[in-house]
Amino acid sequence: MMARLSQFRLKGLVFMAIVVFAVPLFISNPFHYGLATQIALIAGAVVGLNLLVGFAGQISLGHAGFFGMGAYFSAIMTSNYGWSAIPALIVGAVGVAIIAWAVGRPILRLKGHYLSMATLAVGFIIAIILNNERAITGGPDGMPVPAFDVFGWELSPFGQYSLFGMDISGDLAWYLFAGVVLLAAVWLAQNLIDSPIGRALRSVHGSEVAASVVGVNTAKYKSLVFVISAVYASVMGALYGHFQGFITPSVASFDFSILLITMVVLGGMGSTIGVIIGAVVLELLPQLLADFQEMEMVLFGLILMLTMIFMPKGLLPTAANLLAKRRSKSAGGDA
Amino acid sequence: MFSEFLQYLFTGITIGATYALIALGFTLIYNASHVINFAQGEFLMIGGMATVSLTAMGVPMLLAIVLAVVLAGVLGVALQRLAIAPAKNADVVTLIIITIGASIFIRGLAQLVWGKEYHVMPNFSSDEPIQIFGAVLNSQSLWVLGVGAVLVAVLVYFFTRTLTGKAILATSMNKDAARLVGIRTQVVLMLAFMVSALLGSVAGIVVAPITFTSYDIGIILGLKGFVAAAIGGLGSGMGAVVGGLALGVVEAMAAGYLSSDYKDAVAFSMILVVLFFMPRGLFGAKVVERV
Repeated sequence: MMARLSQFRLKGLVFMAIVVFAVPLFISNPFHYGLATQIALIAGAVVGLNLLVGFAGQISLGHAGFFGMGAYFSAIMTSNYGWSAIPALIVGAVGVAIIAWAVGRPILRLKGHYLSMATLAVGFIIAIILNNERAITGGPDGMPVPAFDVFGWELSPFGQYSLFGMDISGDLAWYLFAGVVLLAAVWLAQNLIDSPIGRALRSVHGSEVAASVVGVNTAKYKSLVFVISAVYASVMGALYGHFQGFITPSVASFDFSILLITMVVLGGMGSTIGVIIGAVVLELLPQLLADFQEMEMVLFGLILMLTMIFMPKGLLPTAANLLAKRRSKSAGGDA
Repeated sequence: MFSEFLQYLFTGITIGATYALIALGFTLIYNASHVINFAQGEFLMIGGMATVSLTAMGVPMLLAIVLAVVLAGVLGVALQRLAIAPAKNADVVTLIIITIGASIFIRGLAQLVWGKEYHVMPNFSSDEPIQIFGAVLNSQSLWVLGVGAVLVAVLVYFFTRTLTGKAILATSMNKDAARLVGIRTQVVLMLAFMVSALLGSVAGIVVAPITFTSYDIGIILGLKGFVAAAIGGLGSGMGAVVGGLALGVVEAMAAGYLSSDYKDAVAFSMILVVLFFMPRGLFGAKVVERV
């Protein structure tokens, strides 16, 4: 059983790695690299959110708040206080973890729609603070973010780098970096899911009462996964800010929170690869719909609605189901 | 000093009455189907925008209002039939995403038809404000309060005195039992969405002269209605009214005495504080979870 699990884990990761590193073969212009990098970073945050929503069954409608906090903390420390990006990212993540823990303890007692409401409120409060503390955050106009640096070495989309003797552009370098970060995020998430913590979380999802009856400390595990998913968002937010070079409070907005949870649900709650597909689809869709101009919003809403009505389990689980059905049918035919 | 307080109170009660009507809409749909309808705010938008554009086309005000309310009602039924009913066994989050998809869709349509500009609706009666102890009361505020009170009274009558109203209540208490005694629960669900849409559109129309109206006004109003409903306790009509008024007054006081930039933050902090001490809101029913 364990061997099979870890084999599956490895397979999924290898498959993802192949996809991530194959993408540069098909795209070449800076805009596409930028889009791919952005998708990889947002997908990382979505993988973290999926731990909370897909595995522990808790809804968060305010996760962009943590993404925005990570982004702004790193932006402020690196640009105003001369910190290096890595310590800023780490300290920011620790800070977000503490805040998420403090907020999570009381609100995770809430159930269903009350929990949605409370997480929505937390996200809104963070966004309002970022919008109004103009002296520190630049207010609604946003603020510039310095390039990401590691021990004095800078990673900028506009730079030129060499990797294993090959000359690569800054855009490509950023994409590869974001891709590796995403793979690491997936690897961590998969390990967590297959650990005793992951099993405890799934029992909470199944039935919280039953879980607590068999001795699972549900409150502890719910807070833990809430903190972990907030840290995912914070780290990805910090990287996102450095990559974009400029951030506005929209990174913490309610709209972005909704987008994040929609990626989870649309891709397939509880499936790590599924939610990444959700992120890819929802980031690419507006690009494809941009040609329709004023019809964009109508089409986006319509596609979202129809997908969720006809595939309530999400894209990947529905596709996997169809495939399994077809396979069992043909197998039945053979026998 | 006192006049200032009174001024904030008037503002708060007016906007609070609107929140209460939105929250009642949430409550109705929640009771009948356990769905939180994130498209609730769009009913307000449709009400306000349709009335403005119809009067601009020369339709008399009263007829324009009736047509706008009917339009919203049709939309409510369509939402239930076409989007919610087909997904009946979906997860709570999936249903939330469906209603969000619906709200984006409706907003997109409104933007196509009416554009992105703000639209102004004239006051129903005189533009002359009323002076009370040094505070100014917009005459439209009286319309908001009056219409709100009438709607609440009608709802109370509807749910306690009419068979249809009782059928909705029965369905919300136990769908299977309701079906067994011969209530057509599908019709009841449709009705709940329709009444909710009617409530929303009327709220949108009476408040439009105060707030102006545009295609995207539904988002924040809908959210505030959700906050109000949660403060009061989801599913409680009384809670929706109290929650709406409380939210409106707290918001107006925060804007007046603290900072208007942070008035929304105060509203969202209020819901956190209420839920911290009362996890089911002020009037929410205690639910025993079946294992």
